[in-house]
Amino acid sequence: MEPEILEVHCLIKQAISTLSSSRDRAEIIHTLQSVKQNLRGPETANPSPQKKEFLKTYYSHFLQVLTNNLSVDWLQLLPVNQEKELLDDFFLNGPPHEAFLVLLDTITATRPSLRQERCVAILEQFLQEDRMAQLIEEICLEYTSPHMSSLQETLLNKISALPDHMANKLEKDNRAIFYPENYYPLLGQEMVLVLERIYEQLKGGMDSSLFFVSQLLGKVCMQGHTDAVLHVLVPRLTILTQSDCIWQRISWRLVENVPERWMENVVSGFVRLSAGPNVLSRLLGNIVLKNKKANFVLTHKFLLLQYQLKVLKKLLETWSNSSALRHTPIEQQLYISKAIVIILAELSDSEIQEHKRELLSGMMAGVECHLDSNIARVRQLGMAVAECLSARVNSGDHRLKFEYAEDDELRELKSLSNPRHLSSWEAPPQQHKDESSQLESGQSLAETSLNPVESRQNSQEVQDSESASELDSDDELIPYDLSIDTELQRNRAPVYISDSVEVLMTSADPEQIEITLKAVENLIRKNPTASREISVQLTKVLLHLEDKFNISGFTGLRQGGLVAITVTDTIPVTQYLTTEFYAVNYSLTQRLDILDVLALAAQELSQPDSSQRATNESPSIQLLKSETSGAYNPSQQWKKIIEKRIENKTRRFTRGASRPEPEAVPNRLSPVAGYFFFPLIRNYDRPQTPFDFLAEESLIMGRLIHTLAIIMYFSVNALVAIHMGKALLDFIWAVRYHTDAYVRQGTLFAVSSVLLSVPNNILLTEVPDELLEIRCWLADVAENDADEGCRRSALQSLLLMENFKKKLGVFTE
Amino acid sequence: MLEERGVWVWGDAEGARNFCGNSMAIPPPDPKFVLRGTGASVNTLHFCCSDQEDWNPILFSGSANGQIHIWNLKTHRADKVLESHNKQSVLWIHTLQGRNGLISQGRDAAVSTWDLSEGRTAVIDSIPLDSYGFCQCSLMQEGVGHYLLASPGSTSSEVKILDLPKKTPVWVLKPPADAKLGMPMCLKLWQPPSGSRPLLLVGYENGSLTLWDLSEKKMLSHLACHNEPIMCLDFDPERAKGISGSSEKLLSSWGLDNQQNLKLQNTLTLVNAGIADTCIRQDKKILATAGWDHRIRIFGWKKLKPLAVLQYHIASVHCVTFSDHVVPSERLMAAGSKDQRISLWSVYNKP
Repeated sequence: MEPEILEVHCLIKQAISTLSSSRDRAEIIHTLQSVKQNLRGPETANPSPQKKEFLKTYYSHFLQVLTNNLSVDWLQLLPVNQEKELLDDFFLNGPPHEAFLVLLDTITATRPSLRQERCVAILEQFLQEDRMAQLIEEICLEYTSPHMSSLQETLLNKISALPDHMANKLEKDNRAIFYPENYYPLLGQEMVLVLERIYEQLKGGMDSSLFFVSQLLGKVCMQGHTDAVLHVLVPRLTILTQSDCIWQRISWRLVENVPERWMENVVSGFVRLSAGPNVLSRLLGNIVLKNKKANFVLTHKFLLLQYQLKVLKKLLETWSNSSALRHTPIEQQLYISKAIVIILAELSDSEIQEHKRELLSGMMAGVECHLDSNIARVRQLGMAVAECLSARVNSGDHRLKFEYAEDDELRELKSLSNPRHLSSWEAPPQQHKDESSQLESGQSLAETSLNPVESRQNSQEVQDSESASELDSDDELIPYDLSIDTELQRNRAPVYISDSVEVLMTSADPEQIEITLKAVENLIRKNPTASREISVQLTKVLLHLEDKFNISGFTGLRQGGLVAITVTDTIPVTQYLTTEFYAVNYSLTQRLDILDVLALAAQELSQPDSSQRATNESPSIQLLKSETSGAYNPSQQWKKIIEKRIENKTRRFTRGASRPEPEAVPNRLSPVAGYFFFPLIRNYDRPQTPFDFLAEESLIMGRLIHTLAIIMYFSVNALVAIHMGKALLDFIWAVRYHTDAYVRQGTLFAVSSVLLSVPNNILLTEVPDELLEIRCWLADVAENDADEGCRRSALQSLLLMENFKKKLGVFTE
Repeated sequence: MLEERGVWVWGDAEGARNFCGNSMAIPPPDPKFVLRGTGASVNTLHFCCSDQEDWNPILFSGSANGQIHIWNLKTHRADKVLESHNKQSVLWIHTLQGRNGLISQGRDAAVSTWDLSEGRTAVIDSIPLDSYGFCQCSLMQEGVGHYLLASPGSTSSEVKILDLPKKTPVWVLKPPADAKLGMPMCLKLWQPPSGSRPLLLVGYENGSLTLWDLSEKKMLSHLACHNEPIMCLDFDPERAKGISGSSEKLLSSWGLDNQQNLKLQNTLTLVNAGIADTCIRQDKKILATAGWDHRIRIFGWKKLKPLAVLQYHIASVHCVTFSDHVVPSERLMAAGSKDQRISLWSVYNKP
């Protein structure tokens, strides 16, 4: 053993024994200072052998001794102004990882005491003086030595979980610097420092390893602090990698070296926080090719540019899968649709043309199964996606064009088909504005191109008025009254109901038919006696009337007429309509119209007579026609009914002046409700019906159930309500797990309308077993159904049953 | 039926009068008189009032049964009725040399010239045309007894210019084959005030308007001013400005600049679609349109300011024209309708 080293041995041994036993102030100070001599030494590349030996062998042990001594009376021995110099410097100037470990061990091993407090203070100092960067860097440098791996593992855990350790131990006395929101950005900062030092080393031609930084980054990200760290790291890297290829390489290696199990968190953080695709590719390099996990994350989970085609095909496969469509929630479908539209916007024309056939076949299948769906939102989604698809795949006039009302969701979806410009990344807050102004300018462009005459006219008019002098005007000519210049009505509306039947049956004059159609509802209502004479004939004519001339509001007018005649002469007309519903040779639309008419007529009959509405109109009764101006879709009604029901049950403390009590009138639906209901429910499974309700035609099945439920709902207080309820429950039991969400929604609506319309006590005495079964089924649906609407209405019905039980409780008492 | 309609019009006017009691608007006038008895819908009208001072003003009318009536505007009776064009519909009539000669175009694809002097009613000549369409011819006097007649040609989009009375085709105007203009719908032959070569305006089936230099057989300008076939046009050479109506609701006015380019100036949207005929009054103050909606409309010519909506007819108005009375206050406007009546109006005649 060399003499210098022997000297160190002796010195340290003596120092340790002095420190642990002595209570003499001067002696302790002397000892500490002499040890410190060893620690300090000259800061050169080649430290003295004494220092090396000390650091290698005794440093950790010495620190432990020091921490053990940290008690009140011992500390009092040190002079106040030299405390930091004599004590803290040992921790802050030695090998940082050992100091870190000793400090953390001491903190976690002790109870709250002065010693712990002192250690926490030193650790705080340690972090503030960027010793952590030193630590990471040193570990990086020594990465190659094999015995380091367990140490690394320890350090990794301790560093990444420092806030947890501190919080657990210190509880209320924790310092701000150890809070995660402060610590992790600091850690990010330290990593930047380390990277900068590594950069210097690389520049100086030295080899260096990033592995520990990557590991640390991965571990921290894994623990959910991705944003905190990367918010510091990514912007800095973005700037540094801009022009320097060494920095780029550092950045690539940093991500590349992240262990596979943590890769996803890191990459996703980069994707989220980097400003635009350019920056991202600069930061990540070709990681996709090198790392399988990153490949999977980027191309499957995040769907980035280069792999779009493959992804698009996969997505299309899902999109055009009718079973997936039926069994996944609509939010997921919306997500897939959005992804498809975005990818389409990003792909180049040549790529699309290359795969045109596959895309087309996917599109066809997808459109078919989307249009088959009975849920309007799904259909519209399908149409919008198909339009975007065909706009990219097909050129020229062969594009698909659907008719649908655009809502915000579809507008958002379609706006995705305009790829986001790279320039827009720099100033993201203005993105929205840009888009809308683009839209506007596009619109105005379209307008001008559509109407060249008018736009030119405008400009011409301006010119005209400029050039025309005062003299050159028509002012001396005084116009006559121009008010008679109205639109020409060639035909007069028929005055008698039989005339209108005549016109509707024989006339080929579009205007005549339009005027007649507009008048027919009023004619029926004005003269019920005459209408009753020809009610069935009129119904037949109206039902078979086709919109040959594209009359505006045709569906609404015809429906109005049919409802009026049904209300006027209920029994024969309902008999006719319900028979025709199951007859052959009717189109789907006509059958759906029949259902709508029956539902609307039932609603009208269930409400007080329309002739009295004018005198005492009660706001709680919503008139049919106030709902929509055009065609009216009663199957949407049930939501409103339930909402209204809730509204009615809500007690409000402030009310306006009480209205005069409406006059009591007999319920007109009560005696005839059966005519609406039973013929409809009776025949659905007869073999002579033109189609198989249960297997196919889920749309008409769904509408039938909805209609039955609406009639059921309006038959509240009718005597037949219980029989209707029983029949309806029987009926829906067969289809309660129908594959189509629309049918399921119908059955749930039917259940709630039965619960609402049939008096509770009767229901309980008549069908107790069914109620129990229904309750189980509802609970199942509320939990497991894929469709959100179904889940919600099942819950709604369960709530109704719950109320029921309370009432029953009252009853039995 | 007619009386009932008349009462209805009256009642309506009364109502309008009451309604506008306080405002400045005066109710539109009723027709000054009405000529009945054509026996078929009236397709074309032509006044002849200023050739001889002491002669009665007369009005020629051509109707769908091939008859040409010569109406005496003093007695309000038909002086003579000419049977023409094999009882085929008369499309267009025009006088030649005052009231002594007449030229008529019929649906039998022929143009006839008549000698009416000294009580004669003889067809002098019949010129076969190549087109069976509805396009009216246009006549321009070149010298004494010498005329140019523009008529639709044999192939679509083509226009033929004949020399009268020689009956020889002078020019055939063919638009480029790729222009896809459709058939010519209306023609207007005119001489610019500078006295240079005659020009021709053609309105086509596709709603576009072209200007031709006859002697060079060259299309000078092209303007797409309507989306539907142009039904009628009239031109004011003084202002170098014209008006056109189509089967849609739009009335367009357009002008000619110094480079002989047609430019759209003004458009006006009407309440009802379809304008069968339009005519600018000789004093260039007002213009009248004959509407498919049974109404005659009067506009100020300078700015197309709507002035009056005249309601009398109970079927589409087919033609409208202004008289050439020497005294401005005597000037009349005549309109012929599918309801077989000719209404005569006196509007904006006060100096």
